[in-house]
Amino acid sequence: MRMNGERKFIKGNEAVGYGAMAAGLRCYFGYPITPQNEIPEFLSSALPAAGGEFVQAESELAAANMLLGAVSTGVRAMTSSSSPGISLMQEAISYMAGSELPGVIVNMNRGGPGLGDIGPAQGDYFQSTRGGGHGDYRTLVLAPSTCQEAYDMMIASFDLAFKYRNPVLMLGDGIIGGMKEPVTMWQPERPADHAEAWQVDGAAGREKRLIRSLRLDEGELAQHNRHLAAKYEAMKAEARAECFLTDDAELVVVAFGSMGRIAKSGIRKLRSEGFKVGLVRPITLYPFPADVLETLAAQGKRFLTIEQNTGQMVEDVRLAIRRHADSEFFGMMPGELPGAEDLMAPMLDAVRRK
Amino acid sequence: MAPDIDSITLARETAENVDLTPRPGETLVFDKPRSLRSQNTHYCPGCHHGVAHRLVAELLDEMELREKAIAVSSIGCSVFIYHYLDVDSIEAPHGRGPAAATGLKRARPESFVFTYQGDGDLASIGMAEIMHAANRGERISVVFVNNTVYGMTGGQMAPTTLIGQKTTTCPAGRCLEREGSPIRMAEIMASLGGVAYSARVSLDSVKNIRDAKKAMRRAFQVQTENIGFGFVEVLSGCPTNWRMDAVKANRRIRAEMIPYFPLGVYKDVNTLNPEGER
Repeated sequence: MRMNGERKFIKGNEAVGYGAMAAGLRCYFGYPITPQNEIPEFLSSALPAAGGEFVQAESELAAANMLLGAVSTGVRAMTSSSSPGISLMQEAISYMAGSELPGVIVNMNRGGPGLGDIGPAQGDYFQSTRGGGHGDYRTLVLAPSTCQEAYDMMIASFDLAFKYRNPVLMLGDGIIGGMKEPVTMWQPERPADHAEAWQVDGAAGREKRLIRSLRLDEGELAQHNRHLAAKYEAMKAEARAECFLTDDAELVVVAFGSMGRIAKSGIRKLRSEGFKVGLVRPITLYPFPADVLETLAAQGKRFLTIEQNTGQMVEDVRLAIRRHADSEFFGMMPGELPGAEDLMAPMLDAVRRK
Repeated sequence: MAPDIDSITLARETAENVDLTPRPGETLVFDKPRSLRSQNTHYCPGCHHGVAHRLVAELLDEMELREKAIAVSSIGCSVFIYHYLDVDSIEAPHGRGPAAATGLKRARPESFVFTYQGDGDLASIGMAEIMHAANRGERISVVFVNNTVYGMTGGQMAPTTLIGQKTTTCPAGRCLEREGSPIRMAEIMASLGGVAYSARVSLDSVKNIRDAKKAMRRAFQVQTENIGFGFVEVLSGCPTNWRMDAVKANRRIRAEMIPYFPLGVYKDVNTLNPEGER
């Protein structure tokens, strides 16, 4: 597949597929669920055509465990789903975190709790950034706001997963998945047939290798969890955020993913009317770009967090700025498709209220 | 003077990586398979996991699979097979062995991938995963140890617990009306189109152990020859949770288990066919 520089008009879900292929995807395991079906549909033909393996699993439970098996051999593999399916995958994600396996998982967030609806939502922020399954662990979480970013972030996801030997979650939503935009294809440089020092592929001429999360010996789990904690601390170097017109802003809006992008449109309009509003859009949700926010808070700025849920990321915002400021909150509900005007109203309220 | 057998045995049993090369005055009469590590197991006296592990290890040696093997250990007593076999290993979540094995094999088709699962793992919590991996005809081999009880958690009712058998969660005995009947996995596996080989064997006697090895060999072969999915159900004793000694446990296999779980080859084909015919 020649992709460098080519520009395609595609859905975010397809951009995920193209990005994963560009990143060197070898195996995909998935189960149908709206609104991410274009990912398995695209990969069911593109991946085998490139010599990879596509398996439609019997459940999300199985898909995530197939991923666990595949990445144990050191290859680049992924699964994708949407909220209820991601809940079923939490068992394997916890095992992958405990076993230090680089699985990549895409969640096109839909409305919840329960079966919820199939529209866009950001209700899985807590699940994504707090580990999600049982035990004391974290996953790296990236949040795209455009189809191009979905493509780019797939490449980054695989690199980060292998760099830290840790599951990486890309958290999109129904808007990102279903929206069509022009995407520029690019191919990262990758060393061919790189072998990991931990991969299981048969103990030929070397000691056997073991990948596990069970640690029963006295003190063994404590030591392992301290090692994991140190790794999560090191991951903080990966924190990223987009800062838009924050330098002279009186009010800083904090919003991620689709909401961040819609908020940006609103901010442009408010700026043209003379209101000093800026945007911080966290690109990594874990690690959370707390330093960026604290620096702005120390400058005396005020904050408004906007999410498509009843208030989840706002807790991280408040933690980040707690020494200097607090954040107001405005929540859209699942399935509500806000226009820029819908988000401008709470911004205006906040910027006027000195 | 003859060596003090007891002191040798004790010294060697307490060490982890025991040197088994014969010393002066000793003759090696029964060697350890290369694929088995020199390590004591945690299994109870009379448990058949040790025998089943050894059969697996002998076959890995004889079929020259050790250096390309990836073992998938399951949750239960046998999770520690990853310490006992000298092959690359991963630990799958409870019941998910066949899914994890699917991922391994798809990623590394040149590898020899097998799961080793107990009855709770495979026939209860992992029923969906075993059914679909088998039905897809994944080129993996499954060793299924059926001892009619949850061992590691302390003897609770398993999906294969016999009617009337007392366990810690069916203290009055398993009741057909309340808990349903024991699941016969070898027969179910034989009905699926992706399965090339399905058999049930037992470890209660020397003859049956020899037959068990033959069946395991074929279950491994259908993978190495790229025919389909290989499955062996191994009837095994769990004296501790059956509350009886090892000899009585072997008798119980013959008197109670084999009549309900008949031994034999349920399917053995050289090509898969969509109807799943034998």
